[in-house]
Amino acid sequence: MIVPELVCPAGNLPSLKVAVDNGADWVYMGLKDETNARNFAGLNFDAASASEGLRYAHAAGAKMLLAINTYPQGCAAKRWQRAIDGAADLGIDAVILADAGLLRYAAERHSKLRLHLSVQTSATNYEAINFYRERFGIERAVLPRVLSLAQVADVVKNTPVQIEVFGFGSLCVMVEGRCALSSYVTGESPNTRGVCSPAKAVRWEKHGDRLDARLNGILIDRFESGENAGYPTLCKGRFSVDDETYYAIEEPSSLNAMALLPELVNIGITAIKIEGRQRSPAYVAAVTRIWRAAIDACAQNPAQFSVQAGWASGLARVAEGQQHTLGAYHRKWK
Amino acid sequence: MKLALGPVLYYWTREAVLEFYSAVAASSVDIVYLGEVVCSRRHNLRLEDWLALARDLSACGKQVVLCSQALIESESELKALRRIAANGEFTVEANEMGAVRLLAGRVPFVAGPHLNIYNGETLAWFAELGASRFVLPLELSRDTLRELQSARPEGMQTEVFAFGRMPLAFSARCFTARHHDLPKDDCQFRCLDHADGLALQTRDQTAFLTLNGLQTQSAQVYDLSSSIEELRSLAVDVVRVSPQSTNMPTIIESFRERCAGRPGAPLEGLRVAPPCNGYWHGVPGMEYRT
Repeated sequence: MIVPELVCPAGNLPSLKVAVDNGADWVYMGLKDETNARNFAGLNFDAASASEGLRYAHAAGAKMLLAINTYPQGCAAKRWQRAIDGAADLGIDAVILADAGLLRYAAERHSKLRLHLSVQTSATNYEAINFYRERFGIERAVLPRVLSLAQVADVVKNTPVQIEVFGFGSLCVMVEGRCALSSYVTGESPNTRGVCSPAKAVRWEKHGDRLDARLNGILIDRFESGENAGYPTLCKGRFSVDDETYYAIEEPSSLNAMALLPELVNIGITAIKIEGRQRSPAYVAAVTRIWRAAIDACAQNPAQFSVQAGWASGLARVAEGQQHTLGAYHRKWK
Repeated sequence: MKLALGPVLYYWTREAVLEFYSAVAASSVDIVYLGEVVCSRRHNLRLEDWLALARDLSACGKQVVLCSQALIESESELKALRRIAANGEFTVEANEMGAVRLLAGRVPFVAGPHLNIYNGETLAWFAELGASRFVLPLELSRDTLRELQSARPEGMQTEVFAFGRMPLAFSARCFTARHHDLPKDDCQFRCLDHADGLALQTRDQTAFLTLNGLQTQSAQVYDLSSSIEELRSLAVDVVRVSPQSTNMPTIIESFRERCAGRPGAPLEGLRVAPPCNGYWHGVPGMEYRT
């Protein structure tokens, strides 16, 4: 039995430290620029904090990943290439890459640098994943959050590449790396700028008791008094189709696959990823601690595994009232 | 510049598809992309039917390209993909990396709009794999295209999506089935009811998006018809127009004229929705700049 490794988000050094302290096997982080898909103000690492983070992780026996998971445009690859060079110089444990040109650069220039295929690559089948393996020697691939458990199992069975899946956190309903909705509305997307529905494009408008949430002028949702007004991520708003108003694309729910741990272990998943580099250190600490306990319990006795009430309530507390879903793992969701 | 007709992104009846392509056969379009890109449940035409259509169009002087599906998740979809890749007769447009694996080094292929070719290094890699043409990702601007063209590999052709509702996103979830409160596996093929997709509006009645099964499109129609000279000056080889259910022959002829350097018929009143061209100008895609 492979015990899945726990891969946790580190938006900054305090988050990295609490992730390591609470039992993360890997922590993943990004630089303070558009080379990563959580390019948010006040977040991420510079050279000094990256170096300190790596020391801290290694001292505790954990590993560190640098996400360089956006797409350089036109002739702009230099900055992304420098990020790869810096990661190799630092002695980081692996980089998470999406762009084929960058994967090639890393494979050719830094043959000892371990490569993980980003979810932003949209590699949803083993033919695609095996191709990246043949061409660039990737060691691991992170699967987009669109596959059912049976489809995940089929991928694992047909590739030598380690497979990492998302276990918890915000949920893209679209195939990652294939969504231009944000740039359609705001000019900036995950692929181009490392952002989705960026905060600078959000405008809240109060009309009496009503609150309108707009993204670059587009009405994403409208909240009556007493309704919980969530962030206007554009695929999670209420829209009107054929005169019916509802969450036409996706409810504002987030992923929690903890109940599926025995099945994920059985399939042979190498690692489980927690989303949320933009979240607080307190969030990272709680989610890491609970998932560590769950994975350890499952490893000890998968047949008897069940989600303990304390874990569920602990996760619910940090989920800010959001519903949880099994997402695409669960066939019915489709 | 050559004129290409992109694949039909919607689900039409078999009769509607055949009627559409008989008009296309008589049109002046140079290149025709055929096949199902969006959803493997859509089966009104099977691969054999697409191949028969491809041969007919080929006999009418059209260059035909078979498209692979943009999102491939299951073993049965991989099987279908392998048959397309091994068809032995027609060039294939690869729309995800599994298709690229099956084509690379074997036959020349078209690198489709969903492969994320955002920079010169990636474009060079695709050239080495055997791509003879690439389609610019929709969200990229003319400025980025200029940079890509400045370092374009020898023999690589450039195609730009220049007309039609834009395919902006793909999901494992079917939003049309969701609207009709049906599970995806038992969708009753409701996409057939929406020849140009299902309109999604904001709560203040702004046309925003179009639901097309697993695919989400813009509500507005991307329209670079007034930028054809610019496309030419950027050495674009192929201009793609994407099918809508009505007026397509007239739209094709208008683009044909424009590609030949003549003023084409105005497109006002012919599009299924108002135009946008923001991406081309490096601003939000939904905007329209004159």
